[in-house]
Amino acid sequence: MADEAGKHIGEVLLSASNISLSFGAVHALTDVSADIREHEILAIIGPNGAGKTSLLNCINGVYHPQKGTITFEGEPRADLAPSEIARQGIARTFQNVALFKGMTTLDNIMTGRNTRLGGNFLKQALYWGSYQRDELEHRVLVEKIIDFLEIQAIRKVPVGRLPYGMQKRVELGRALAAEPRLLLLDEPMAGMNVEEKEDMSRFVLDVNDEFGTTIALIEHDMGVVMDISDRVIVLDYGRKIADGTPDEVRANQAVIDAYLGVSH
Amino acid sequence: MNNPPLRRVRRAGRVREANKSELPARQAGLDQMMDRSATASDGALDTLPKRLREQARTRGDGVFLREKDLGIWQPFTWAQAEKEARTLALGLAAHGFQRGDKVAIIGDNRPHLYFGVGAVQALGGVPVPMYQDSIADEMQYILDHAEVRFAIVEDQEQVDKILQIREQLPQIEMIIYHDPRGMRHYREPGLEWYEDVQTRGERFEADNPDYYTDEIAKGQGADLAIMLYTSGTTGKPKGVMLSYDNLIRTSLNGMAHDRLTDREEVLAYLPMAWVGDHLFSYAQAMCAGFTVNCPESGATVLADLREIGPTYFFAPPRIWENILTSVMVRIEDAAKIKQRLFHYFMKVAERVGVRLLDGEPVSFSDRMLYRLGEIFVYGPLKDNLGFSRIRVAYTAGEAIGPEIFSFYRALGVNIKQIYGMTEATALVCGQSDGQVDAESVGVPMPEVEVRIGDSGEVQFRGPGTFMGYFKNPEATAETKSNDGWISSGDAGYFDEGGQLRIIDRAKDVGKLNDGTMFAPKYIENKLKFSPFVLEAVAHGDGRDHVSVFINIDLDAVGNWAEKRGLAYTSYTDLAARPEVYDLIGGEIEQVNAAMAGDPKMAGAQVRRFLILHKELDPDDNELTRTRKVRRRFVADKYKELIDALYDGSSEVKIEAKVTFEDGREGTIKATLAIRDLEPVAALAKAS
Repeated sequence: MADEAGKHIGEVLLSASNISLSFGAVHALTDVSADIREHEILAIIGPNGAGKTSLLNCINGVYHPQKGTITFEGEPRADLAPSEIARQGIARTFQNVALFKGMTTLDNIMTGRNTRLGGNFLKQALYWGSYQRDELEHRVLVEKIIDFLEIQAIRKVPVGRLPYGMQKRVELGRALAAEPRLLLLDEPMAGMNVEEKEDMSRFVLDVNDEFGTTIALIEHDMGVVMDISDRVIVLDYGRKIADGTPDEVRANQAVIDAYLGVSH
Repeated sequence: MNNPPLRRVRRAGRVREANKSELPARQAGLDQMMDRSATASDGALDTLPKRLREQARTRGDGVFLREKDLGIWQPFTWAQAEKEARTLALGLAAHGFQRGDKVAIIGDNRPHLYFGVGAVQALGGVPVPMYQDSIADEMQYILDHAEVRFAIVEDQEQVDKILQIREQLPQIEMIIYHDPRGMRHYREPGLEWYEDVQTRGERFEADNPDYYTDEIAKGQGADLAIMLYTSGTTGKPKGVMLSYDNLIRTSLNGMAHDRLTDREEVLAYLPMAWVGDHLFSYAQAMCAGFTVNCPESGATVLADLREIGPTYFFAPPRIWENILTSVMVRIEDAAKIKQRLFHYFMKVAERVGVRLLDGEPVSFSDRMLYRLGEIFVYGPLKDNLGFSRIRVAYTAGEAIGPEIFSFYRALGVNIKQIYGMTEATALVCGQSDGQVDAESVGVPMPEVEVRIGDSGEVQFRGPGTFMGYFKNPEATAETKSNDGWISSGDAGYFDEGGQLRIIDRAKDVGKLNDGTMFAPKYIENKLKFSPFVLEAVAHGDGRDHVSVFINIDLDAVGNWAEKRGLAYTSYTDLAARPEVYDLIGGEIEQVNAAMAGDPKMAGAQVRRFLILHKELDPDDNELTRTRKVRRRFVADKYKELIDALYDGSSEVKIEAKVTFEDGREGTIKATLAIRDLEPVAALAKAS
């Protein structure tokens, strides 16, 4: 029902050119080039072991490719630690939920503000001075995220007690708390039932729409991918075999052979 | 004039005397008002918009509404509320709003939707609040039937639903949404953001400064104030039309009955489409000037309840029960010492608390013990539940289990039963302080007359008697007689204490062969209060005695069996165990004993029962989707079982088709035992 014409996909935000990554004799990525444009939702698909997660890991600095360069906001990027990359505005969620199980939803999302919390250790520990004011401001932002993701009811619940679908949502919340320019989602809907998938799809679209956040996501559910993404990249055995709109990719013979199979 | 007129109604005599000496001129007016309060409410404040304006004038800085937003309770004062409603109203006026226009209000309990109600009423329009979780098809009927021209909705979800059916609803001109999230790319005509409408309203006000005041002044007490569609178990929903007189006089009477003041705090969490919400959370707040709190979301109600600590609270039995269960579960998990403390002091509370609440004499030592319990158990527990400040709590709609009821009363929570329906503006009867029990629903509210019709049906007449069903004179004539008596459809009677007791839907009530009244639901409810009984179906109309089918609660009975080392393989197996028959027989005998104490019911004790081999199931059409027994269907399907209950046999063979969850069908063969029970002598009340 929404009129998509209002959406404006901008310049290239992040560009990977000719990157290769190998672990010993295993070539995880071979000569992959891909652009991520401002405000778009980019899906990365492919069979298991195709190198999708490796690509995300290169983008947010968990791995450093042996060959090729990654350019973010027009600047070629040196090999940075993940924390420094997070500070630049790239946030992510993980294939397996990686939250602090014993902490509440609220506290988990607050940790997403960590890169932006000022003050030294003493001020933080004593909740004192400018730090106190800062934390209040951060709390407001976190509350907005809680409202946005409709998880008010679990604000004070330790995440270990939440069902899986909810944990995924909290993880998205934590990534959003960093106010990223680029959000990387690694299988955000894995293991969810239909209703949870619909909810999550809605949130991904809303994040993209409301905050203009650029999103790159890995997903196996083709229905979801075709519905929500602006562009799709297909990997197979560490190589990029297709790159285009969902319709183009769906019609691509190489993709059908490698991954989609006969249409059904 | 800080206090709204309710105070004067409440202490009528005293105020009248005190004022007579001081202000003779004004008193004449007051007297007039007092006299008329028996027939109409205050002439100057006879509509809700007039009252809203008056509240904004006299207590502008007082808090009318609170909403939990971003984790913090954000207040709206009366003055802010009046401004919100006014600018929205004038924005509607700028769009050509006419007196009498119907406006759908759809969403959770949100301050801005309440302001929407206020805005529409101010212009002489009629709000039609609708259930926010109804699907598009259900909405379509009401939007169409009510001739809705404008809709004020909470968010994208509701907008989507209306857009989905908009083609069939050409009369809808405008949809106003409050939450702009996700709405940026919508281009449909007539879609307006709430705040944009208000901005236009401000401009309209600059050109027409008197418009709002003039429109409010045109309103009268007899005007149609709101239309509430009853969900209707049979047929299409009907639009109940209520006037300002209905709402205001019922509000004032309710306030007088329970001495409500402007200091009350309520939690508005039940659907806006339900008459109780409009009365307790809106009309009464307009009359009394108390504060209404809107929870953050449906899922946070219990947490919000605790934070707010309402003084005046309504909940259906289901919620009271859920809260009690959650307490019990947590106690089970608590340390042994805490468990002992809890159980010890709850025993004290059961003995003493209810008597204290009813103002009966209690020995000094018990009083001290209860006070100690208050420190160690009741106080912390009530605080944890958000019940520390409750002065008046209501339950209605269904029968409530006596032990649930007395649990809260023992803690000192003044829970009472009320009886009413949408057609009566929610209030017909209510229990008075000191005369509260789990069985009755109290005495008629002020100005309300209640009588029992020839067929045993409860009929009533009063200031809350509705105007009629919208565009449905036949249904109106069926329900409301020419002289204003409403047939409730409920069977009931007045007990010795003059309290009304509701026993069943009138059409289900029958007679045993000896003439004893047979009210199946009354008996079934009593049986279902046992944790072991999941469902019960009572038979007896046109028979010599009452007999019942029982469905055991597999969890509870299974647990019970486990503790006794009783092995079983399935529901059917467990249900057939003689030990289980003993257990259920004991439960039924307790119900019989309770009924023996009630002269009207003593003859309808359960004499024979059997435990069904399977659970009654909506998939087999035995229950409705809301889990009400389809009496006639069950009677038909299990005719041979019923016959066996009345031919004296001690067992019966059954072969029945069942539908499995995956749609397959199968047959179950079983032999069901039938047990006889000795009736308890109908002696006068044992207690």
